[in-house]
Amino acid sequence: MHRRNFLAMTGLTAGSLLVPSLYGRAVAAEVLQETIDVKVKKTLADAGLNAATGSGASYCDVRVGRYLRQFVITREDRVENVVNTESLGVGIRVIADGAWGFAATNDMTTEAVARAAKQAVAVAKANAKIQTVPVKLAPVKGVGEVSWKTPIKKNSMEVPIKEKAERLIDVNTAALKAGADYVNSMMFLVNEQKYFASTDGSYIDQDVHRIWVPMTLTAIDKESGKFRTRDGLSAPMGLGYEYLDGDAKQKFTDPAGVTGYGLSYDMKEDAIAGAKQAREKLKAPSVKPGKYDLVLDPSHMWLTIHESVGHPTELDRVLGYEANYAGTSFATLDKREAKFQYGSENVNIVADKTQFGSLGFVGYDDEGVKTKKWDIIRDGKLVDYQAIRDQAHILGKTESDGCCYADSWSSVQFQRMANISLEPGKKKLSVADMIKGVENGIYIVGDGSFSIDQQRYNAQFGGQLFYEIKNGKITQMIEDVAYQIRTPEFWNACSAICDESDYRLGGSFFDGKGQPGQVSAVSHGSSTSRFNGINVINTARSLG
Amino acid sequence: MGILTEAEAKAILDKVIKLSKADECTATLSGSINGNIRFALNNVSTSGIITNTELGVQVAFGKRVGIATINAFDDASLERVVRRAEDLARLAPENPEFMPAVGKQTYTPTNTFSEATATVTPEQRAEVAAKSITPCKQAKLIAAGFLSDGQGFQAFANSNGNFGYQKSTSMDYTCTVRTEDGRGSGWVARNLQSVADFKPDTEIQIAMKKAAESADAKALEPGKYTVIMEPAASAGLISFMMNFFDARSADEGRSFLSKKGGGNKLGEQVYDPRVTVYADPSHPDAAVLPWDGEGLPRKRLPIIEKGKVASLQYSRYWAQKQGKTADASPGNLIMEGGTKSTMDLVRSTQKGILVTRTWYIRMVDPQTVLLTGLTRDGTFYIENGQIKYPIKNFRFNESPVIMLNNIEELGKPVRVGDDESPFVMMIPAMKLRDFTFTSLSDAV
Repeated sequence: MHRRNFLAMTGLTAGSLLVPSLYGRAVAAEVLQETIDVKVKKTLADAGLNAATGSGASYCDVRVGRYLRQFVITREDRVENVVNTESLGVGIRVIADGAWGFAATNDMTTEAVARAAKQAVAVAKANAKIQTVPVKLAPVKGVGEVSWKTPIKKNSMEVPIKEKAERLIDVNTAALKAGADYVNSMMFLVNEQKYFASTDGSYIDQDVHRIWVPMTLTAIDKESGKFRTRDGLSAPMGLGYEYLDGDAKQKFTDPAGVTGYGLSYDMKEDAIAGAKQAREKLKAPSVKPGKYDLVLDPSHMWLTIHESVGHPTELDRVLGYEANYAGTSFATLDKREAKFQYGSENVNIVADKTQFGSLGFVGYDDEGVKTKKWDIIRDGKLVDYQAIRDQAHILGKTESDGCCYADSWSSVQFQRMANISLEPGKKKLSVADMIKGVENGIYIVGDGSFSIDQQRYNAQFGGQLFYEIKNGKITQMIEDVAYQIRTPEFWNACSAICDESDYRLGGSFFDGKGQPGQVSAVSHGSSTSRFNGINVINTARSLG
Repeated sequence: MGILTEAEAKAILDKVIKLSKADECTATLSGSINGNIRFALNNVSTSGIITNTELGVQVAFGKRVGIATINAFDDASLERVVRRAEDLARLAPENPEFMPAVGKQTYTPTNTFSEATATVTPEQRAEVAAKSITPCKQAKLIAAGFLSDGQGFQAFANSNGNFGYQKSTSMDYTCTVRTEDGRGSGWVARNLQSVADFKPDTEIQIAMKKAAESADAKALEPGKYTVIMEPAASAGLISFMMNFFDARSADEGRSFLSKKGGGNKLGEQVYDPRVTVYADPSHPDAAVLPWDGEGLPRKRLPIIEKGKVASLQYSRYWAQKQGKTADASPGNLIMEGGTKSTMDLVRSTQKGILVTRTWYIRMVDPQTVLLTGLTRDGTFYIENGQIKYPIKNFRFNESPVIMLNNIEELGKPVRVGDDESPFVMMIPAMKLRDFTFTSLSDAV
């Protein structure tokens, strides 16, 4: 839910200086290249573990977290803001008398960590008095001292700000030349240096990197007062700065002539194309509402998967823990028992925390569980959910799925969405061949407006680019398109999925959940997919 | 450290300003103590207290700006943070839109602090949770809710001699109550400055009643309906629209307030003449700090007056460029209304729909501020002035601009909070014609 606010704040309406206070101390760029000696982290962690067990905790985990972020924000020919932030501290979670307790401190001394550990035990003991059922953890075998790092080629934090600013201004200049009236472009870079230690005997040091380069191109027709925007077709990724190399092998040109991107992005090329497309949108005819066969590009599909499969299969939502905020889920436990037909037989959806390039890719989750890949929907049937250590037993499972995450050392870790992706079709099928078979359809590229109800039944999605398909051919660009779905009917209308040669990732940098709210980053992969007979509405209105 | 007194804050800020060798320096010191308790499935799930104090220093050499922050306040730390900001400024690119720090201002203190809220204890929070959970358990209903309360202070000073200090408190409570079979759901929310005005045992009854009465919902055909929107139901749509009162976007041609051929719609009749919205930092029920993020003094600011656009939000840079005055950004939104309650509006309705709450509101088309979202936690059919039966939730596709042209009647404004809005709001219940519902939702 926080995504909207974040984008409004940093993006088009911004009073920019608000950014750092959300994410920690503002620091010099050089600080982002530093690391903390693993021995120092282990000493702090041991102080916490010992103090907690000494105070009566039956379990304790200590997270020493250093969260680094860099934001470079530009519009047209100028840099609007550069912000570097560092957030450093220790979070301690314990079980005492069968209840959870948590405390955190940004005082990086063994005394302060021990104090916080004892405080966490006191909180747990207080919570135990009103707890009816004791916490039951799925077992985890300690892994000793290990480390893991996102397999990046170039650490974004080591690239000079000057290079980043010049790259964005170059992109903006190209877009303005190609017909955009305004350009907003940004670079968000994240490095999470996370150290996890637990009484299970694990000491896990992880170095996680992410990158996102969103942009919006605006075209205006002053005479009519009309304006249109086209957002960049990049995806936030679990990659280093090499994502911006524009590798030709990672380009996907579709039958409408639009270029999409895989594990590498050509921002300038996309800006030029986007500027032209934003101008074309000003003149594009309005859609005739009705039923259409939709052909959805991976740059669009990710958000539909996220909202209509990712969220409803989060076990805490299913059980009711998120009822007051993010909502519950239609995909109740009885549906798994009954092998609920979530989608057509083409639909196979997996959760995967080990996927290269994805935002959720880590070696271990934030409660020390080794990450894995598992089925959520197999042959269209609901087969599993996303669960963490204290939930696994509810599903009759003996191990956690490894999808526990906290967005800060000061936040309590809880169940967050894994990368949830649609498997490619098994038969060879290109986008061009898919479109050839569509009589009356719309081809949608890019993500746009999104909204879904609190049980994840009724959703509405927009997009960036819409193309009419008539008798197997793309005829023209159209505008004012949004489609409305009821989740199970939509996935059961999935009639074809392109093969793996078309597979790409999309994702969200700021998926919100919990009270107090936390964000997380998650990817969703798919190949272009076809859905038959979907209800499309016309979103054009007149203000008189 | 948490909350500092005015004298303590001023001493730190004065030191910082004196330490700076830059052309100008602005220092902001803020602190807060926030407590919360969360419950779900009739059990407390988490609770916590977060204390935070932070000093931010912004300096400029010419048009080069540097910002650094720190959470330690000894002399060595103050020196370090000032030097770091100065180092960053020297390396920063020139900002062509740089505006110098504001001069010395006069701020009229506003009543933003409540002792009762500042002294809330963990036991009181647990009591609120218990008062929400116990009656639900007894009635075979399931409660999930969240209470957060906090006190804070904000102080700042700059090298032009400007200084401000004020304390504030806030409290936000939401509770969703569901029937055991999951067929009914109700909701209540209260956003207050003082917990002394908060009565959890009566508030929970609202959510419980809506949960019980919303089971067995019937499906109505989507279409255009007369709706009675409770204040919380329309608040999210109205505050969303306010994001687009930015003068620069309107002048640039990318806002619903842009004019055909160029310019903006300032002074034009855009809404029904009964629509009047203003900001007022000293409103007795919705007081906010008497300055905005730039240190401009807030005053009563008309935003929409009798349906005409009365002011647009100019940044200091854009105001200077356009030869206009920059007003302080509003901290609250006060929409005028009448004296009737939501139920009074129901009683005067032949046929219509009562909407408790709207949810997941997102932009569909910025050209017209077309928004989509859903009703939830109590949607009812009204006939001959009475609530007849619960109905299934709807998805709407509606523009607040069109909605505020379709007013039948306005009720009494009440204070509402919205987790996606930066404003404290006073919004009336509204009776609106031709509100556009585009599909049904099975969600409860």
